[in-house]
Amino acid sequence: MREKIVPTKQKQVLEQILEISGEHIQDCIQCAKCSAGCPATSNMDILPHQVIRLLQCGQIEKIAASQTIWNCASCFTCAARCPREIDLAKLMEAVRLTLIRCSGNSYLKTASVPEKLDGKMPQQAIVSGFRKYSK
Amino acid sequence: MHKIGVFVCWCGTNIAGTVNIDEVVKAAAEIPGVVAAQNYQYMCSEVGQKLVKSTIKEQSLDRVVIASCSPRMHEATFRKTAQAAGLNPFLVEIANIREQCSWVHKNKEEGTKKAIALVRAAVAKAAGNTELIPGEIGVEHRALVIGGGIAGIQTALDIADAGYEVDIIEKTPSIGGKMSQIDKTFPTLDCSACILTPKMVDASTHPNITLYTYSEVEKVSGYVGNFEVTMNQKARSVNMEKCSGCGICSSKCPSRTTKSEFDEGLRNRGAIYTPFPQAVPNVPVIDREHCLKFQSGKCGVCEKICPAGAIDYTQEDTKITKKYGAIVVATGYDIISLDKFGEYQYGSHPDVITSLEFERLTNAAGPTGGKFVRPSDHKKPKKVVFVQCVGSRDKSERGKSYCSKICCMYTAKHAMLLGDKYPDIESYVFYIDVRTPGKNFDEFYRRAVEEYGVHYIKGMVGKIFPEGDKLLVHGVDALTGETIKIDADLVVLAAATQAKPDAEALGRKLGISTDMNNFFTEAHPKLRPVETHSAGIYLAGACQGPKDIPETVAQASAAAAKAIVLLSKDKLVNNPCVSEVNENLCSGCLECTHICPYDAISAKELEMNDHGKITKRTVAHVNEALCQGCGGCTVTCRPGALDLKGFTNRQILAEVDAICQ
Amino acid sequence: MMKYSYYPGCTLKTKAQELEKYALDSAKVLGIELEEQADWQCCGAVYPLATDEMATKLSAVRSLAAAQQKGEKLVTLCAACHHVIKRVNEDMRSNENVRQKVNNYLELSEDYQGQGEVLHYLEVIRDEVGFDKLAQQVKNPLTGRKIGAYYGCLLLRPSKVMQFDDPENPSILEDFIHALGATPVRYPYRTECCGGYLAVNKNNPVSEMTKNIIESAVKQAAEEIVTACPLCKYNLETSKTEIKSKVSVHYFTELLAEALGVK
Repeated sequence: MREKIVPTKQKQVLEQILEISGEHIQDCIQCAKCSAGCPATSNMDILPHQVIRLLQCGQIEKIAASQTIWNCASCFTCAARCPREIDLAKLMEAVRLTLIRCSGNSYLKTASVPEKLDGKMPQQAIVSGFRKYSK
Repeated sequence: MHKIGVFVCWCGTNIAGTVNIDEVVKAAAEIPGVVAAQNYQYMCSEVGQKLVKSTIKEQSLDRVVIASCSPRMHEATFRKTAQAAGLNPFLVEIANIREQCSWVHKNKEEGTKKAIALVRAAVAKAAGNTELIPGEIGVEHRALVIGGGIAGIQTALDIADAGYEVDIIEKTPSIGGKMSQIDKTFPTLDCSACILTPKMVDASTHPNITLYTYSEVEKVSGYVGNFEVTMNQKARSVNMEKCSGCGICSSKCPSRTTKSEFDEGLRNRGAIYTPFPQAVPNVPVIDREHCLKFQSGKCGVCEKICPAGAIDYTQEDTKITKKYGAIVVATGYDIISLDKFGEYQYGSHPDVITSLEFERLTNAAGPTGGKFVRPSDHKKPKKVVFVQCVGSRDKSERGKSYCSKICCMYTAKHAMLLGDKYPDIESYVFYIDVRTPGKNFDEFYRRAVEEYGVHYIKGMVGKIFPEGDKLLVHGVDALTGETIKIDADLVVLAAATQAKPDAEALGRKLGISTDMNNFFTEAHPKLRPVETHSAGIYLAGACQGPKDIPETVAQASAAAAKAIVLLSKDKLVNNPCVSEVNENLCSGCLECTHICPYDAISAKELEMNDHGKITKRTVAHVNEALCQGCGGCTVTCRPGALDLKGFTNRQILAEVDAICQ
Repeated sequence: MMKYSYYPGCTLKTKAQELEKYALDSAKVLGIELEEQADWQCCGAVYPLATDEMATKLSAVRSLAAAQQKGEKLVTLCAACHHVIKRVNEDMRSNENVRQKVNNYLELSEDYQGQGEVLHYLEVIRDEVGFDKLAQQVKNPLTGRKIGAYYGCLLLRPSKVMQFDDPENPSILEDFIHALGATPVRYPYRTECCGGYLAVNKNNPVSEMTKNIIESAVKQAAEEIVTACPLCKYNLETSKTEIKSKVSVHYFTELLAEALGVK
């Protein structure tokens, strides 16, 4: 049971996320259009609109433990259609960065990259991967 | 020396919360000329007004300053109070220490300082006030209603029944408006045409009502009680006297490429057409842009076959100018264009339709004769998906930030109508919130869920993917957190409502304001909901904001009542705060005539006898009936010959001096 | 001859050489001079979405400023580079904080204010050459070929900044295909994401996302798919869906060169 909507110990992290993203999560009316249009939800255990709700409630740990932020492809479909002008891609990025920026938290480890290369994979993918998943 | 009384109002905590009332009273009492300074919790209350009255009498006050809310709110109240105590009402001055002080400040010390400065200024101005006697103006006992939808019809009928003449001006060829397109009405599911068409007939046959259809307002001048309106009656190309309404011309017109506005583009109409069979007047018009005769000179079929000889290609637009005492604006609403909502495939797939198109598709008089079929293949759909809030509550450039108010109810209505006609059709409604405040409204919506089994899904639709003869609707159930795909046969979009595109332009002609969404602004959101800030101009229906039919009709009758109050008077009291010309100072440059927005200033010739030689001199002259007291002329006047009564240059400067003290 | 500064980007020099080669060859025919910038650096592949990232915007600004100094519009080919550079340009134009910090860091001879113009090669053809002119230059019309355009995300969204085409119902690629004499095939998934960089992620949904796209194109009878993005091409080509054998994936420039007779 929660006693406060945003638990005190999460306040600072939440503020950091909001600052990095520059987004106003209180604008969200939970219409879930982001989730309805997201092409990557099959690998998301928490739907995009639920990420915003969890942010509104300061439940950062739940978001951090989920697969959702790592399966966001930054395709900007959510932001393009959001009736409240929230750029969810920016929020996803801010959560990722908040986690990655703590030392040793890189999601994509350098050592694991060579095995992914198949001789055709473009540089663009590897550079993007490092930029999105590593410190 | 004047005997000025200052009355400081707390307005509960509205003022007292940010302004130290005692200090203001103390400071007021020290201003030279102030002989009484009082305060009370609510000065506008009976007790407060009594306090003002008794002090005026007991202290023989000759000027009164009320430090309270905006003069817009209660200047009239306190002028009446002073008058009741035997004082000329124009000797009252208001110091606005609420809207311009306590409401915009947080710091009590600074708020108090500012309140004292404002009181000082008001006292200085009050000292310069003189007794003003309002003149009288006559009232034209006729009303103009702009817009012939249900709002305009109801307003006109009520005013006409009270015994006054009313003209309805309607832009399209027939009165009836949006309600005439609607099949059934919520929450009773009675037939829209059955309750509207008799009213349309009443309006056209009422001895006090004149209809000007296919006409638009061109120019409005004058003022309350005495408006002068010029309208342009577009050439109908059909003689209204001769036409019997047989309809042969429309049926034989060879030009059939124009989409019927009335049927929301679901079928085509001729270039000569009557919008719908029950149109009032039941006389067609020629849409000259699409008429072969007008475009190429060839054709002329309608003229040849008209048994009444009513077709008249030579008709021209007519300008009509009439005088009115009151004007009611009832221009209605539109729905937004869905061009920017490509994900719903509206416009690119025929089986994605708007709710208004749905109305036509289920209407017995509609393009399918009321048979509910898909526009693409004319087959009966099995699964229908309704999407609400398409552009409503949408802050982005695609939509409107407000709730369109009517969609939740009409969507429930649509789903139930389908259930009644075709129990085998499955209906799904995607919604953000279901909003049903209104008498019997929530019960209506719950019936859709409980009795008709309509599937309500909280969550918006992401995108519609046409596949084969299905429309795959990708959505989400926000409550269970599951994504959903529905293979629909037809999708109905509840497009947001919006103000008419020409609302702002009409507002400018009438001198009334529109809000940020281009809906007309009422004078007060609670206490003057059908009046505008321009005296004598009233609002009815959805042109003031999204509204359903019951609310529109209620507002229409309210606007009618307000107009009747005005029309029932023989004389109106003039505002005496008007400009006056000091003819000795006037140089006759007439700059003031150019700046006056009300055409109230004109040139006047003065004859002068200069040692027996008669010379003529031009000076400015103010028509007090037209002058609205805006003061624009006084600052334009280079020799300083113009002054505004009640706001003289001397008074304004005295205020400035008092503030700068 | 229309002259532009040209920004290639890393991938075009390695895994996506055809995208560049065919573009440069066809440009000559069309009277477009694309002069490769002297000191271009990798754009970073993804636009930095965080408000506190400045260093990752610098390389884009260097290219923008260099083009500006020459008084030329900057042309891109790779959808990712185009996205990054166009959005950074918008930041420089409308975000004072970014403008100030980036200029302070770069110490260019003249501050860059975001006034330059960034064009994708497709936009050059549409807006500066014109599809009707292009059609006149076609030597080998691709008559009878059924080609589905795959837009992906980066050229279209966010539409306010990219201003490339209608973000939900674009037509530039279809018009392009049509100009080359082929038959454009519209299919509902043409603007859906292929998964992009998720390809480097473990347990990613790319295979499902590409399957949807390819199946959608094949259902509408497309035989080829064209794209402007090396990563889209890679993801679509490596898709494990069986139906993949029914379509081939190409860069739009390859078709262009073929139609103009320079392939």
